[in-house]
Amino acid sequence: MRPRAGRVVAGVAQGAAAQLRLDPVVLRLAFVLLTILDGVGVVAYAALWMFTATEQTEHPHGSRDWGQVAAYGLLGFAFGALALVSGAAAGGLAMWPIAVGGIGSLILWQQAEPGRRQKWMTSTVGRVRATWVRSGIGLLLVGVGVIGFLAAQDQLAQASTGLVFTAVVLGGVALIAAPWLAGLWRELQRERTERIRQEERAEVAAHVHDSVLHTLTLIQRAAHDPREVTRLARSQERDLRNWLYMPKQDADATLAAAVRRAAAEEEDAHGVPIEIVCVGDCDLDDGLRAMVHATRQSMVNAAKYSESPVVSVYLEVEPGEATVFVRDRGKGFVLDDVPDDRMGIRQSIIGRMERFGGTARVKTAPGEGTEITLTMKRTTP
Amino acid sequence: MKTVRVLIVDDHRLFRSGVRAELGPSIQVVGEAEDVESAVATIAELEPDVVLLDVHMPGGGGVEVLRRVLGSGAQVRFLALSVSDAAEDVIGVIRGGARGYVTKTISGAELTDAITRVADGDAVFSPRLAGFVLDAFASTEAPPIDPELDSLTQREREVLRLIARGYAYKEIAKELFISVKTVETHVSSVLRKLQLSNRHELSRWATARRLV
Repeated sequence: MRPRAGRVVAGVAQGAAAQLRLDPVVLRLAFVLLTILDGVGVVAYAALWMFTATEQTEHPHGSRDWGQVAAYGLLGFAFGALALVSGAAAGGLAMWPIAVGGIGSLILWQQAEPGRRQKWMTSTVGRVRATWVRSGIGLLLVGVGVIGFLAAQDQLAQASTGLVFTAVVLGGVALIAAPWLAGLWRELQRERTERIRQEERAEVAAHVHDSVLHTLTLIQRAAHDPREVTRLARSQERDLRNWLYMPKQDADATLAAAVRRAAAEEEDAHGVPIEIVCVGDCDLDDGLRAMVHATRQSMVNAAKYSESPVVSVYLEVEPGEATVFVRDRGKGFVLDDVPDDRMGIRQSIIGRMERFGGTARVKTAPGEGTEITLTMKRTTP
Repeated sequence: MKTVRVLIVDDHRLFRSGVRAELGPSIQVVGEAEDVESAVATIAELEPDVVLLDVHMPGGGGVEVLRRVLGSGAQVRFLALSVSDAAEDVIGVIRGGARGYVTKTISGAELTDAITRVADGDAVFSPRLAGFVLDAFASTEAPPIDPELDSLTQREREVLRLIARGYAYKEIAKELFISVKTVETHVSSVLRKLQLSNRHELSRWATARRLV
């Protein structure tokens, strides 16, 4: 918006200054200075004049301060003369990027939506004003620019003039854009966090859907079969518990994870709850793998034959050895009565443990339940 | 046998009525509460013998109830009852002052037994809690700061191992050729160590288990 009142030429500088919240004098001086350098200032002024709307007021004939026009004109002449004398106007090649960039950004600024401009203003100018440090750095950069300019005029670093000015311009632009870029970065971070959160929520929803809702449907269908309902509920509970509380473990790598997996599978297969407690853990080796097999066979026996409502499994890993207890409170049996051709106890449990240098002890009596104790030396960390 | 007056604190109404229905005749449920505020108020008002305390509740959970009630010097005993068997929760509520921890899958008869035991001043350890304690007390290599509190005796270890193996107190007594009373003494002593030991390892161990 170009105001009608208080303008010097067409109100361009005043309008732009009002939007940038700067003193119009600064912009006017800038235009005058730019005019000296290959007349860029005039071009910029003309361009902005064309692109900027005039403020609608009730006083169409605003006053023009002719004294100011004369002052700026004089100043322009003085600078121009100085430039001609010192030859600064000839070094204009490096100034073109500044001029073009400046005009471009000013036009962009003018064309932007008022709302967005307001946003830019609050995130840019507001903070620029708030932080004196940034102003200080800006002044420093300008100082460097001036010194560089003067140095270039003295032919001290003619070759690097362009580079120096490019750096100064970039520094200035970075300074102006920094708060806005920082805001953009924060916005991106916020969106990223939000997206991660949503992904997590989606994962939970998917898990609940695939497992819990599915099981609830199955339970309703199997409502007439209490045993099946218990099995389903129990299996789902275990699944959910592992998902919520258990660290992810590799069942092919560590003893506790392998025993837990075996227990889960046999619990599912036989519908008898298997309570498992593990103290310590270690990597698997051949002997411990054999112990996992023997443990599984013990759990199968307890679940299938003991008629115990629950099977307790306790695994303890000590520095030198690992021990597993598989206990039921079922009917028990007399070990010597078990026929030799029954592979379960003698071969799959006792035989297997002894082949790998471990031991298996069976403690049982009719009506007393059964407890199988498996011990294996460990060689792994 | 004298009846035990019990207060049920749980934010699930269905669960409260379920427990009420399951408990044996030696237990008298005198009230219910559904959050931390009402629990603290009801305990002060009714002075029950035993509070069945849910671990996860709105307003800070079971630990907050323990802090406020035991902090005020009230002589009431707590038995924690939860669906969670995460080490963090179990160790947290025991160190907060509960005299035992059982999971909600426990049968009515077992729960009745556990309540009676807590009312008598004994401790109630589930196999899993026993496993956690063994694990927590074994997992440190650093020398204990207070040997009396920071380590378990051989006998206590044996008792805990048997609990972890699924043995009832009576069966433990028989296995170790000691009386049930002695078993109870050992368990109470472990509970005391669990609550009073200053070892950082205990809390750290419980948290680490969750995060690994």
